[in-house]
Amino acid sequence: MSISPEPTVKRSMTPLLSLRGAAKAFGPVIALADGVVEILPGEIHALVGENGAGKSTLVKILAGLYSLDAGDFLVKGRPVTFRTVADSKAAGISVIYQEPTLFPDLTVAENIFIGRQPKNALGLINRSAMRNQARALFERLGVRIEPDRIAEGLSIADQQIIEIAKAISLDASVLIMDEPTAALSGVEVERLFQVARALKTSGAGLLFISHRFDEVFALCDRITVMRDGEYITTHQTTEVTTDQIVREMVGRDIGALFPKVIADVGKTVLKVSDLSRTGVFTNISFEVKAGEIVALAGLVGAGRTEVARAVFGIDPYDHGSVELHGARVKPSNPQAAIDAGMGFVPEDRRKQGLVMDLSVARNAALTLRNRLSRFGLINGTTERRAAEEWTTRLQVKTGSQEYKVSTLSGGNQQKVVLAKWLATEPSFLIVDEPTRGIDVGTKSEVHRLLSDLAGRGIAILMISSELPEVLGMADRVLVMHEGRITAQLARADATAESVMHAATAKLEHSL
Amino acid sequence: MTLDTSPPATSETTTRRANGFAAVLRLREIPVTLALIALVTLTYMANPLFLSQQGVKDLLLNATIVIILSVGQAMVIVTRNVDLSIGSILGIVAFSTGTLFVTFPGIPIVLVFLAGMALGALLGSINGCLVTVAKVPSLVITLGTLYIYRGLNNAWAGGTQYFAGDRPDSFGALSVDTIAGFPVITLIAIVVVIIVAIFMASTRPGRDLYAIGSDPEAAKLFGIPVTRRVLLAFLSNGVLAGLAGVLYASRFNSVGATTGTGLEFDIIAAAVVGGVAIFGGSGTVIGAAIGALLLTTITSALTAIRVDKFWQQAIVGLLILAAIVIDRIARIRTAKKLRLSEARDV
Amino acid sequence: MFNPPTELLPTATNQSGTRTAAVPSVGGRTGIARILLSRDTVMIYALVAFVIYAALFIPRFASPVSTGFLLLDVIPALLIALPMTLVIITGEIDLSVASIAGLTSALMGVLWGAGLDIGPVLIISLIAGVLAGAFNGLLVAVLGLPSLAVTIGTLALFRGLALVVIGDNAVANFPPALTSFFTSKIGGTGIPTVMIGVILVAIIFGVVLHLTPFGRGLFALGYSKEAAIFVGIKVVRAKFWLYVASGSVSALAGIYWTLRYSSARSDNASGLELTVIAAVLLGGVSIFGGKGAIPGAIAGVLLIGTINFTLRLGRISDVVLIIVTGTLLIASVVAPSIFEGVTKWLHARRHRRTLPQASASGATRATASGVQERK
Repeated sequence: MSISPEPTVKRSMTPLLSLRGAAKAFGPVIALADGVVEILPGEIHALVGENGAGKSTLVKILAGLYSLDAGDFLVKGRPVTFRTVADSKAAGISVIYQEPTLFPDLTVAENIFIGRQPKNALGLINRSAMRNQARALFERLGVRIEPDRIAEGLSIADQQIIEIAKAISLDASVLIMDEPTAALSGVEVERLFQVARALKTSGAGLLFISHRFDEVFALCDRITVMRDGEYITTHQTTEVTTDQIVREMVGRDIGALFPKVIADVGKTVLKVSDLSRTGVFTNISFEVKAGEIVALAGLVGAGRTEVARAVFGIDPYDHGSVELHGARVKPSNPQAAIDAGMGFVPEDRRKQGLVMDLSVARNAALTLRNRLSRFGLINGTTERRAAEEWTTRLQVKTGSQEYKVSTLSGGNQQKVVLAKWLATEPSFLIVDEPTRGIDVGTKSEVHRLLSDLAGRGIAILMISSELPEVLGMADRVLVMHEGRITAQLARADATAESVMHAATAKLEHSL
Repeated sequence: MTLDTSPPATSETTTRRANGFAAVLRLREIPVTLALIALVTLTYMANPLFLSQQGVKDLLLNATIVIILSVGQAMVIVTRNVDLSIGSILGIVAFSTGTLFVTFPGIPIVLVFLAGMALGALLGSINGCLVTVAKVPSLVITLGTLYIYRGLNNAWAGGTQYFAGDRPDSFGALSVDTIAGFPVITLIAIVVVIIVAIFMASTRPGRDLYAIGSDPEAAKLFGIPVTRRVLLAFLSNGVLAGLAGVLYASRFNSVGATTGTGLEFDIIAAAVVGGVAIFGGSGTVIGAAIGALLLTTITSALTAIRVDKFWQQAIVGLLILAAIVIDRIARIRTAKKLRLSEARDV
Repeated sequence: MFNPPTELLPTATNQSGTRTAAVPSVGGRTGIARILLSRDTVMIYALVAFVIYAALFIPRFASPVSTGFLLLDVIPALLIALPMTLVIITGEIDLSVASIAGLTSALMGVLWGAGLDIGPVLIISLIAGVLAGAFNGLLVAVLGLPSLAVTIGTLALFRGLALVVIGDNAVANFPPALTSFFTSKIGGTGIPTVMIGVILVAIIFGVVLHLTPFGRGLFALGYSKEAAIFVGIKVVRAKFWLYVASGSVSALAGIYWTLRYSSARSDNASGLELTVIAAVLLGGVSIFGGKGAIPGAIAGVLLIGTINFTLRLGRISDVVLIIVTGTLLIASVVAPSIFEGVTKWLHARRHRRTLPQASASGATRATASGVQERK
């Protein structure tokens, strides 16, 4: 913990942490070209930027996970080189990741104290002391979690709280929070902010990464903007507006980013009625018409992806029905959904969308494998040709169809995912976070493509956590909160406020 | 934007209920312990001779070496690895023990133990180094070293065998003499189990092993020295296999080129039956030891109640499968209860 | 001594028959180079090189008699390696194969001993293998239990059932016509007649893996179960049938073993599972799943089999063979990761030389914009 008792930001103090000209490349991909960040004692510093701006890479450098290719890294005025996570911890830096990284088989208390459990006189772990310290931490945070239960099965919010308890117990002078509120509800967010402010008062420095501007402005003293792996600028929060920040993040007018064309809306393609899965989502009903882009908005963990998975037959549902063109689609059978004319561009491109170690051609033709076979056999040439048709149409940049898809950039990988579904000529397409982690250029290309597809009469269900994307692309917005649809907004009524309100509060607009 | 004021749905309500399931989950040794008690009781009722002094002694002697090996294997499995080469390590150490006694007739027994464990440590750490440095799955590496160590043993031993007569009587006596009804080598095994159990349950490096097996990626993120810890697990397993090799030389009449062949799957099975999850993260060495005891007891029990000896291995196979299925059912039930309890909160 | 190794040709054609099927994807290379440099092609080079070496320098190796014995010896491992390749490609494992072969053998012995005709004996034994495989499939694919643990269990169970069935008896009096057929050769070539069947089975597995939608699905499944589900691959069904195939082929191997040695015993083929897995992994199949090819796996089995045989011809003890097997296996898996490490290191070095300028300019701009703004 910093010795400085001064809670306000003073420009003359030695920064707790300062990073200049940070560069990091992975093979040909430059993840970070010029990262700059400075955290002062008693400051909450926001780091904003679009997905793919290099924020996570920067965080991982601070955490000691990645080594710097180039750049100056000072902690409390002294140059440091982190080789391991332990080095970063020893320097007083603690990181809370967007996705909690608990050990599912260990108890809650042990998760907090792993590697530094309190010991008794014999040098053995003192479990009751560990339990009591965990209880004390939770009390300080105003929550009650049983320290002796195992971490498996905890809600994401509880897991996040345990991560915070861990960070606090480490007495870190710098606390980095990578989108900690993404999965939290209002009360939980407020509780987190209280903790953050208390830490700030005690002289610690916090780096807060978030996509929610209201939170950034409510909590942070300064805001650093990044774009395409480069540092853009740093503002005092009091001297800047949201619009200005967004412009700097995007680097161009938002209007140009969402080439939305209002298409003629045709007849109903997908009809979901009263779909429920115990403990996951309840009474979900909606329709998607031909030529329409319907956005499914809400917080992470609200059940959006789960609904989409059930519709596509990946997960089962307990109750309700899914109809495509008026015919019921067999539940729990993705092949049936595909045959009926559905496509699904999943959120996790690397794990779900593509088989990273297979070639571009194999990936692009994977959805067609049954249609391409003659007498049960697949001809390699036919397969390549089929794959090539769509990867060419989408202008996938690859040296060869035979290259492993993992060698492509994120944007081109996403195009391969789109290509493999478009090749099946779907009438209904689910796109889950279609532009996550891809560069700005490809991003607008994907948006144009989606708009274009809708224009050709494809019904599209788009799940997105990026409000500008939701507002810019959707004809209609469905908002989910805790497994239920809490609002259904027409394009004209959908604003940042109305969507966020429905996403965080319960059943404002009952359907 | 407004921060809503809906009541906190999570913490308090969920945890009180979850605590009960957590307790069930953590006691993975219970089924195997109950099975062992039931087996011993039923067999005793059918044939009281089963628990005669000699009967118990035989039971323990048979179990000793398997217990030590299972405890070592459990340490490795907990880290989400496996060591298939233990049978070969045991063989090579057992043969070297025989060689030591023949080459240096007056050698102190303690020195033989230390030499055996040192050799085991060396072979175990070779496994560990290959797994951690080359980052190749342990299943493949230790399948390779299973062959290599066995080959070295063959090359060294050739047709040579050492018999009981080649070693000092006091060494053989370890497997004959008893203290309070327990054979000396069994007492050694019990001490080993207790030490390793304390290490695994109550020291930081021990808990690190569980963390690594529970989520290797998170362990790396968290800064646990994964390489060092995994190496430690393999080394310890080597030491224990070495100890088992020395005890083997004391317990059995002859050691040679093929000593310990085919043990690997029995040992992994014992650990799995004892509640050690094959993909790491949970289970205890006590459980593994009880699993080993159960698997060895079953053979004696079936003999005692005059079940056709040819049925024994099939029953062992069924037992392993039962252990896996029971473990899975327990997990599914817990997950279901948690899911339902959260559903009620929504 | 300098015999041109014509009698080895059919073995070679056996591979080239399925070689065209092998199109493993290697990132960054195209066309012929990709095929010529792929892992399993390298295994085939190694095999061919070793066979040539043995033919030239090992006395009596290049003769019909040698070829015959060599092939007769490797057939069980060769058969089982085929389904094993598919199972490992999907990211699972089957350790119970040798026990299934043992169980089949024991069953054959007992049924034959009980006086059944050889036809029903063979059919029932084969069905036993199918059922054993289905049992594995039920536990692994349908119930989703870890295959490593499950098949350690069924390894013990099936071997145990073999003991239950036949005890410590051995049945040897199988029809001489049949046993001599199983050791007979095609003309004067020294190639066992049953090789025709083995080649057929190999072609079937090669085609299924490399040329069908089902095979495409297996690779996808092995790399990423999630991604496979999203394109409609029926994971449970695929894995279930692979275990059934594994059980069936293991039964074939058990039947072959029994008739080749004219002896049905409970411990037939014991320990074979490790030999097969070692050979398959040596042949370039990745234990992580997703990577591998039938020709490579076959080359792996034949290489180990040939080394084994030549060592015996050269009167070198089994010791060396065991060490060679283990060392080859470890070298084959460690070498790529060392290679990768070196490549990465070279790349990093090259990169570090080019990057400073880029980032230096970046840093200047940073001072120009951000830092100045603060001051």
